[in-house]
Amino acid sequence: MAGGAASGGGPRADTYAADRTWLLLPAWVTLSILVLAPVAMMLVYSFLTKEFRGGVIWEFSLAAYDQFFFDRGLFGDEPPRIEWTYILIFWRSIWQAGAATLLSLLIGLPTAYYIATRPARQRAVWLFLITIPYWVNLLIRTVSMKFLLRDQGPLNDALLGLGVIDAPLSIVNTNLAVQLGLFYSYLPFMVLPIYAAVERYNFALSEAAADLYATRWVILRRILLPNVRPGIIAGCVLVFVPSLGSFLAPDLLGGARNFMIGSLIEEQFKGNAGNWPFGAAASMILLTLVLILLLAFARAQSRESR
Amino acid sequence: MSDERAAAIDVRDAVKRYGDFTALKRISLSIADNEFFTLLGPSGCGKTTLLRMIAGFEDVTEGAIFLFGDEIETLPPHKRPVNTVFQNYALFPHMTVQENVGFGLEMLGRSRAEARARAGEMLEMVQLSQFAARKPAQLSGGQQQRVALARALAPQPKVLLLDEPLSALDLKLRKAMQLELKHLQRDTGITFIFVTHDQEEALTMSDRIAVMSAGEVQQLGTARDIYERPRNMFVADFIGETNLLEVHVDRIAEGRALCHLGGGHALSCDAVDGVGVGARVHLSVRPERLALSAAAQGDESLAGTVREHVFVGTDITTLVDLAGGISLRVRSANSARASAQMFEPGAAVHVTMEQGAGRLLVD
Repeated sequence: MAGGAASGGGPRADTYAADRTWLLLPAWVTLSILVLAPVAMMLVYSFLTKEFRGGVIWEFSLAAYDQFFFDRGLFGDEPPRIEWTYILIFWRSIWQAGAATLLSLLIGLPTAYYIATRPARQRAVWLFLITIPYWVNLLIRTVSMKFLLRDQGPLNDALLGLGVIDAPLSIVNTNLAVQLGLFYSYLPFMVLPIYAAVERYNFALSEAAADLYATRWVILRRILLPNVRPGIIAGCVLVFVPSLGSFLAPDLLGGARNFMIGSLIEEQFKGNAGNWPFGAAASMILLTLVLILLLAFARAQSRESR
Repeated sequence: MSDERAAAIDVRDAVKRYGDFTALKRISLSIADNEFFTLLGPSGCGKTTLLRMIAGFEDVTEGAIFLFGDEIETLPPHKRPVNTVFQNYALFPHMTVQENVGFGLEMLGRSRAEARARAGEMLEMVQLSQFAARKPAQLSGGQQQRVALARALAPQPKVLLLDEPLSALDLKLRKAMQLELKHLQRDTGITFIFVTHDQEEALTMSDRIAVMSAGEVQQLGTARDIYERPRNMFVADFIGETNLLEVHVDRIAEGRALCHLGGGHALSCDAVDGVGVGARVHLSVRPERLALSAAAQGDESLAGTVREHVFVGTDITTLVDLAGGISLRVRSANSARASAQMFEPGAAVHVTMEQGAGRLLVD
């Protein structure tokens, strides 16, 4: 309805209704090519039959999902039992990603707070320093992390030298190593949104609370944290989600026993040994799981703020 | 020990420096219990710094601050029994109005029930009971202002600090709130320290005013003192409208000084300590203390020419040019419009100053 605003629709009337379709086109094209099409392809592939040398046969099959959830014995002729292998890998991944997120939050929140409370020029420098490591390839950084953490690495040397420990700590190939790797990989995604939230925070609120007899701890808990919560939530989601699907850190730092979903999926598409429909199915299950978690989180948030 | 007869706030030789910059240059002032005291001055004069030092948000570089006899300048804000109404209210956006108002009491360790009951009372006092369950963002500016006031008064502070609390309100609301604040202060008996850059606001509400500029108190007195007997150029110029005339003091006799304006004009006024014969100083004359007439009235009438009239609603200001390049503003009430309109621009007039209206300024 062109010129609709004049006929009493008020200033908020949608003057651009007619153009809207066209203006949104670039966004739709981008989303279709980069998000919808790949997910649709994955969904289709997860229901196809596997080709033994990688690739698929265009024949409908539920085999991939069946393999994920049920164990039918070596020859597939036994009565189905629940297959725990993959569920456990998923569970471990959630746990690892959760621990990495918590670690990022514990380190990221004070860091972000510190940066946001510096004078404007120093802030730019600190943010620059936080992002510098991310100009280096993730693989290189993860390998470097392994060298840093290994038994004869600088970390153990330093701790031994300081007399904190008597024997080197075996960190590589443990859950902790994976968590540290994930933490290091995604820390800026925690720091930046929290930084943005703290920067917008009105510090007069802290003063008002102090004026009303609140101690520093109470101000942090009752005033600052509730007001920067959107940043904290964004940071947690941005660290948790990629950690969950990560395969570099678990592969390089965790060893075979600390296998995560990302590695499981990666394996299915590597070389001739893979199973594309199974990889696609695992991806779909992961995607569903993440969406359920995020939805539950969003629901809880909106209920609390109401 | 707290002494109820001591001044509510006693600031002694307080200095505030930020690096090389001195924001407050050795300020001493004493604010009595039950007083509505205003710190008035242009932005950057140090008034807010002084208020924040009393609240505990700024360290005192040198000097001391006493609250009813107790030295408080080293205490953190949450240990000082004073509360603040902030310029932009600083209401907690994630709490309801009631939670905001009850926060201070809760922090003081009162039971939730007591905090809620007292918050209810305070909201009744500011007539916002029906908004108790709302969030601050759902209130208008004036309502938020009252919540801020209720929140600061709820813990029954010994002194209430108000940092330009009305500056975000529109004129009408501001006027209404000025009276409301004044009544609130009288009814509660709490000492108010009010910071503003609006001289009219200060004159309307205050028992006493400290006019500040460049980190110093320029003059301290009642509204009347400051308006009618400004001590220096800054105060005369900052408070209200005035004619500042460069004069030469010719003679002083029997407490009266005869001043020469140049252009052959002379005026006499009360002598002032610190201004002797031969001094070149300024004479301040409020425009409403001058009157226009066709013929000379007495021997101190100043002859001049009407330049123009400026209509300001309640009053009319007439600009008059005197010989010697001197220009005067003369204000007459709008009810006397007839007489003011008698003089068309260009007409010859005489300007007469009311007895005792001229004020010699030190500096």
